[in-house]
Amino acid sequence: MTTPLEVSNPHQIDNPRERKWQDYFTFNTDHKVIGIQYLVTSFIFYFVGGFFAELMRTELATPASDFISPEFYNQALTLHGTIMIFLWIVPAGAGFANYLIPLMVGAEDMAFPRLNAIAFWLTPPGGILLLSSLLVGAPQAGWTSYPPLSLLTGKWGQEIWIMSLLIVGTSSILGAINFITTMLKMRAPGMDINKMPLFCWSMLAASALILLSTPALAAALILLSFDLIAGTNFFNPNGGGDPVVYQHLFWFYSHPAVYIMILPFFGAISDVIPVHSRKPIFGYRAIAYSSLAISFLGLIVWAHHMYTSGTPGWLRLFFMATTMLIAVPTGIKVFSWCATMWGGKISLNSAMLFAMGFVSSFVIGGITGVMLASLPLDIHVHDTYFVVGHFHYVLFGGSVLGLFAGFYHWFPKITGRMFNESLGRAHFILTFIGLNLTFMPMHELGLLGMNRRIALYDQQFQSLNQLCTWGAYLLAISTAPLVVGIFLALFRGEKAGDNPWNALTLEWQTSSPPPILNFNNTPIVTRGPYDYGHNPTEAESVVLTDAQSL
Amino acid sequence: MQSQTLQESSTVLSEHSTEHGHPDHRLFGLVLFLVAESMIFLGLFAAFLLYRATSPVWPPVGTPERELLLPGINSLILISSSFVMHRGQVAIKKNDLSGLRFWFGLTALMGAIFLAGQMYEYFHLTFGLKTNLFASCFYVLTGFHGLHVTFGLFLILMVLYRSLKSDRYSSQSHFGVEAAELYWHFVDVVWVILFGLVYLL
Repeated sequence: MTTPLEVSNPHQIDNPRERKWQDYFTFNTDHKVIGIQYLVTSFIFYFVGGFFAELMRTELATPASDFISPEFYNQALTLHGTIMIFLWIVPAGAGFANYLIPLMVGAEDMAFPRLNAIAFWLTPPGGILLLSSLLVGAPQAGWTSYPPLSLLTGKWGQEIWIMSLLIVGTSSILGAINFITTMLKMRAPGMDINKMPLFCWSMLAASALILLSTPALAAALILLSFDLIAGTNFFNPNGGGDPVVYQHLFWFYSHPAVYIMILPFFGAISDVIPVHSRKPIFGYRAIAYSSLAISFLGLIVWAHHMYTSGTPGWLRLFFMATTMLIAVPTGIKVFSWCATMWGGKISLNSAMLFAMGFVSSFVIGGITGVMLASLPLDIHVHDTYFVVGHFHYVLFGGSVLGLFAGFYHWFPKITGRMFNESLGRAHFILTFIGLNLTFMPMHELGLLGMNRRIALYDQQFQSLNQLCTWGAYLLAISTAPLVVGIFLALFRGEKAGDNPWNALTLEWQTSSPPPILNFNNTPIVTRGPYDYGHNPTEAESVVLTDAQSL
Repeated sequence: MQSQTLQESSTVLSEHSTEHGHPDHRLFGLVLFLVAESMIFLGLFAAFLLYRATSPVWPPVGTPERELLLPGINSLILISSSFVMHRGQVAIKKNDLSGLRFWFGLTALMGAIFLAGQMYEYFHLTFGLKTNLFASCFYVLTGFHGLHVTFGLFLILMVLYRSLKSDRYSSQSHFGVEAAELYWHFVDVVWVILFGLVYLL
């Protein structure tokens, strides 16, 4: 258990000023303000990206192109993918990381607060720039933007897409520098790295990936830009270039990007489950180090996206083996979460429901991932809806449900108000049904041979597609209780108090929302973060006893 | 235990405290940034090597012979500038401000000569950006590196400008000096690899 002690802070600022609402709209260096800025921005883009998804699903309700034109369908699918990845899940992870890391390690702010604010303020312009491409004809080559397709489908839309990704990518690199430095260098006295909350561990792993892989995407995009604007032929086979080089560089980033998107929420789940099961986490070190193993393996699996790109046999075999190996550290985590819940006093509140939903649907995405790793099956279903189903189970069933688990868990800390439980549960039930209804039929569609990324399809696929479309509408409806709940909590919500869940990590040992410098006194940590269930009277009393005994 | 921790933390703070009230982690942050930077270069180098490995003839037929004299001299200037620059840091560690100004000024001059030499080379080469794949790689790689040299030069000039104020840098506090030097060394190391790739390979 973490125990904050009353120690006078040697560098306490005399007059911590009050938080004003204007702070959230300006260049503010407080990590909590930046965290909220990231979260609000990413939630807005969630709705924008969701809007494009609904357009696509509406179009796909019938085999003919009768709702939007095929060109606009391509634009919608490119914007949907790009927004959901780069402007929803990645910045939402950064939002949680910004808000929580300094609190969790007992620091008063990030290591580089100004750099942190710069990183945030790159995000909204990047997003607006991306959307502005609609004015000149949005990019149509999908979020992967493979050349030569991306060289043929509208120069300026594609170039705007590149610029926007470079901006957002820079933002995430700067964020990662901050996270790593804060976690490695600024932990409170007594917080050994092996006492760090698991969310921090997973952010450490994700930040390392951001640092090592995002630059490769930048390299690919710089060369693609030259091809588009200056007329070079790096990726254009007509001029002696090689599109496969782009694929290598792109996937060297974009496969790790999957882990950049899922690791933060692995961490969030590892913090949510013990609290609401009232049990110590099962296998702390296994979960912590398996994140690092995922990071390492994540860097050497990229070519499994390129089985059908003329990759030689020995290389396919290598990447098949490494890809399947990733199931091991991931499986370790899933078993640890289940073992943590086993025999616990589980309270089925919204956070815990989303966490359990995360574990179950992520397992489906993980298993189809192993299926896709195996070469013979992958060649068969490459570029079909099976792949779409797979990665939506990972990114929606995984990342997004994990994100909402974290959202409901830390909402009282961030806002100081309780979220209405009935609305939260309604949100979960609608989301969970909607998600399975939307993405489960896609596996079958893929096995039947329906191609991804096209507005038109064969008559025989219609009934399954309509199922997907109804699911997508249900997902749209599922956000209603969320939005209503947020406003209800902000204006009418019951006060949360410092520690409504009786949690032991440091962020719960300060007020809700925390004061500007986080802790009135520098906390000193004496024990691990997940020692639940040992003492029948639970958290606060234990903290007090320890403070007295020292 | 409580008082001991307090004592420890206050001694740490008095040694290198900054305005944020914690030890200075900026150099560590810069190292992380350079890790990311080197990954961009590695990505570009990997692309270059892939092209080279998959082309039947490299450089492609019709690429003029690469002139080595000027870039060779240029490389020597850039590499030696790293040693010159290090003298500047040694000087400031002895509180020798004019030494810092001299050595950093010399480094800036050498960096400028390197850039001028590269410009001269660009204008006198017989191939252009779009001539063939090798030419495109040549210009993008050296140009991207040149951009980094320019930024490094800007950092050095910043340090020089700030060193005009006599109390800006001291033997105890000279992060700007260290940062500029670290960045310059990084740019140098990249050049050594780059030179091997585009001129010698």
